[in-house]
Amino acid sequence: MKNFSYIQPTTLDDALRATDTSEQFDILAGGTTMVDLLKLDAIAPERIIDISRIASLEGYTFDDENLRFGALARMSDVGDDKTLAQICPALTESLWKAASSQLRHAARLGGNILQRTRCPYFRETHYACNKRNPGSGCAALDGGDTGLHAILGGSEQCVAMYPGDWAQALIAFDAVVTVVSSKGTRLIEFADLHVPPGDTPDIETTLKEGEIVTQISVPVSAAMKGSHYLKARERESYAFASASAAVGVLEDGGVITEARIALGGVASIPWRAREAEEYLEGVRLDEASAFETGRIAFSEANPLEGSAYKIKLGASVVAGALLTAQKRARQEG
Amino acid sequence: MPADSDLDSRPALSRRSFLTNTAIAGGATAVGLKTRVVYADDIKNNDDGLIADDTLPKVQLTVNGQKRTLAVEPRTTLVEALRDTLGLTGTKIGCNHGQCGACTVLLDGRSVNACLVLALSIDGSDVTTVEGLSDPVGNLHPMQSAFAEHDAFQCGYCTPGQILSAISCIEEGHASTSDEIREYMSGNLCRCGAYPNIVAAIESVRDAKVEG
Repeated sequence: MKNFSYIQPTTLDDALRATDTSEQFDILAGGTTMVDLLKLDAIAPERIIDISRIASLEGYTFDDENLRFGALARMSDVGDDKTLAQICPALTESLWKAASSQLRHAARLGGNILQRTRCPYFRETHYACNKRNPGSGCAALDGGDTGLHAILGGSEQCVAMYPGDWAQALIAFDAVVTVVSSKGTRLIEFADLHVPPGDTPDIETTLKEGEIVTQISVPVSAAMKGSHYLKARERESYAFASASAAVGVLEDGGVITEARIALGGVASIPWRAREAEEYLEGVRLDEASAFETGRIAFSEANPLEGSAYKIKLGASVVAGALLTAQKRARQEG
Repeated sequence: MPADSDLDSRPALSRRSFLTNTAIAGGATAVGLKTRVVYADDIKNNDDGLIADDTLPKVQLTVNGQKRTLAVEPRTTLVEALRDTLGLTGTKIGCNHGQCGACTVLLDGRSVNACLVLALSIDGSDVTTVEGLSDPVGNLHPMQSAFAEHDAFQCGYCTPGQILSAISCIEEGHASTSDEIREYMSGNLCRCGAYPNIVAAIESVRDAKVEG
């Protein structure tokens, strides 16, 4: 790990002041991704601005219209919140099924949504990687092991997968992210926060230099009650998704009137399956239509040899998630 | 040059001279906390090439009930501070990347991977390691006794981390079923495969607590 200057502000104002520097900097929150990548030399900032002590960003509140999460709320606290589990099970399940208890205790929500890829060629500096070192090539596409790579939203430069879980529930339910910089405050639709790799895999988000995520807000919607996060992985717990789905459904008169479907473990960014949603709306949800919805969600998939299994697995995960969500939507109360 | 600088009190130096005249907002002092600033190039080496400790920033931790003040580099992790600076080698380094749980300690009561925590980031915090679990006369913590009784280890390397996660599992109320225990404990790997006995040890402490 290369040495760095370290600033731990206790107010947002001080944090923003610390971003006014010619040193190349990164923002540190819980550290569970960043300290890992620092040790690998996959990142080597000259300055770390550790915002974990800014108390004003720790809380989270719910009202009838919005669920608001401070960027420094802990994955464990929010994942364990029984009120939130009643309002929107997919939001707590996707936290509870992420990482391990130790990592959830340390990791903060703002850092979680910006979690970096687990692509082994990004993490290991002796491999070519257009994301870490633009223009150097892509070891995954150069005959690499591609079992954990994106089959949606990749490019000829990069097929790294976005590994997070919570982000799928956020994109499914139209979350909005608040970011603050010395120039002011701005809101970003969660669906616009991450960008696919295209020709510039090193650019992962629409955040501008010096912007700090302060809040994540999710508008309360009727499909939240009938929501579910289903995660298929190589072991029962503590593994990244082979394929996952965050879904929400609303039924009326026996047909689906609102469907929300997001895919994890399969795409370069948090992925909303809008065509699949459109197919399901107006349709009676049963096993056959659930699998057809899953099939449509992956109709644009462009897998590599190692990741081809994700198409069938992912479609089944979507189907299973929808059928569980439907049961929840039909429960009284 | 002191290792801790003020964001607003640096002498004018070319690449960060813009910082010198900025004022710190009053909010920092309102909660009794102060923004900490450590510049990498303030940390110097002695003539022998070793780091000059008096140029390092200090961090105060309460470790197993004792207040300790440590000089650390910004890049020093908590597990390195515990083992190398304080000599508390009960906390193990396994993968050193947050994947195996061997370095698990309690930080302000929550189990965390000490290998992924920068020591400087937790100034003022309370840390419990396996050395802090027995009582002052040496009686083992109930979880330590349960691990011994249930043969919940073979080589023992993962055991300190397992025990701290196990304590956290019960404290947080996530030990109601063996499935819930397995889920909660999944961040602690055991190469010897003592998992069934680890679950049994945790269940026995949980049940004794309910009966007690």
